[in-house]
Amino acid sequence: MELLVDPLFRIPFVTGLCLSLLLPLLGAYLRLRDEWLAALGFVHLGGAGGVIGSVVPWPPLATALGAAALGVGLRSTRRRAGNDGYAVMILAGWAVMILGASLDHTARVMGQALIDGQLYFTGNAHVAAVATFALCLGALLPALSRRLLRARLMPGFDAVNGSSGRLDTLLFTALTAFGVTLAAMSVGVMAAFALTFIPPWVAFRVAISWRGALALATLAGAVAFTASFVVALLVDLPFGPTLVAVLVLLAALRAVRRPPG
Amino acid sequence: MGRRLLTISNLIAGYREPMVGPVSLTVRAGERLGITGPNGCGKSTLLRVLAGEARAFAGRIAYAPGVHAVCQAQDGLRTGEIPLNVMDCLHLTSDSPLPLPERLRGTERQRLDALSGGQRQLLAVWMALSAPRQLLLLDEPTNNMDPAGREDLIRALTDLPAHRGALIVSHEQALLEAVCQRIENIGG
Repeated sequence: MELLVDPLFRIPFVTGLCLSLLLPLLGAYLRLRDEWLAALGFVHLGGAGGVIGSVVPWPPLATALGAAALGVGLRSTRRRAGNDGYAVMILAGWAVMILGASLDHTARVMGQALIDGQLYFTGNAHVAAVATFALCLGALLPALSRRLLRARLMPGFDAVNGSSGRLDTLLFTALTAFGVTLAAMSVGVMAAFALTFIPPWVAFRVAISWRGALALATLAGAVAFTASFVVALLVDLPFGPTLVAVLVLLAALRAVRRPPG
Repeated sequence: MGRRLLTISNLIAGYREPMVGPVSLTVRAGERLGITGPNGCGKSTLLRVLAGEARAFAGRIAYAPGVHAVCQAQDGLRTGEIPLNVMDCLHLTSDSPLPLPERLRGTERQRLDALSGGQRQLLAVWMALSAPRQLLLLDEPTNNMDPAGREDLIRALTDLPAHRGALIVSHEQALLEAVCQRIENIGG
């Protein structure tokens, strides 16, 4: 039990807790836009960047974020939202990540860390990056929220007055890319995706208002993270798969409410 | 009748190729202009040009300076599993939305995906009506609506304030005759 209060684990805990609060928020808007596959696309692209950074060698976190920025640039060339581009991103990112990891020992360790989600290796650079991301999300999301919701429900509302919504899409895609890439480099590829996908999936079924859905998704993310952190540390399990398993169990909460229609 | 809000001159519109026009019309403040015509004549295409969803091959569309429009889509509010309730939806277009019509009373906290098709359609129109914009563009607003919802809509449109104007596309002649001062038949 002393492990839980060991100063060594404070930075990993704070980093992961912040991500577990922020990623479900992004995931709710991704789900609203039918673009939830974007999370899986960007985690693979970021993972590929991290592995390439280990091979070259460049700082892995910075290289992963650079790869995410490249993905944002590619996404901005497509006018319509859709999952096809993200599917290609997943496949390309996975191939580069696995092939890159076969090239040398450091890259193999990085690849393994991305699979296992070794949160305990996060350091000050991760905390600083997550804090910066939290500030950006806090500043931009409240302003974007209404327009993103309108774009889903009333696509003509802003377009009829000459606003294409492309800037909103670009900003939101950039937030998604940087958020899930940071998460992939901290909690692992699949855990980052699960944090983005499952809490909003539960909230979309259960909540009776948009604010309620956001609150429920963040709460679910934070509870799942904290439980996983404690279990993985006490039982000595790899953190990433533990978090994914807890989130999958949490998905059973969807049964609380009957499907609409 | 008030100032011109929208002027369309010799507009030819369509998608890959022209399918409607040339059409010329104006909408003034305090005016409700109906557009009718047979199915497939391109009535809705006129509004889709304004929303950037269809192409103008020729002609001119001009809003008066400072005029903003609000557009209600023909297919109503897209649904699926979505945790927005009725008040959430109304607050997307206005900070102080209109009071709910009779047909939607009591649904304030109801999720969008739990409403009937007619209620969703009425809500879509109500979101447009609530928006603080001078020009209202409605495309087949009575689709899926029951008689009670239709009555609510007719009351709201006939009570439209004098500084607002409406362009209403509908195949339902009775609706247009009930709410519009002028009706243009295109493609007929």
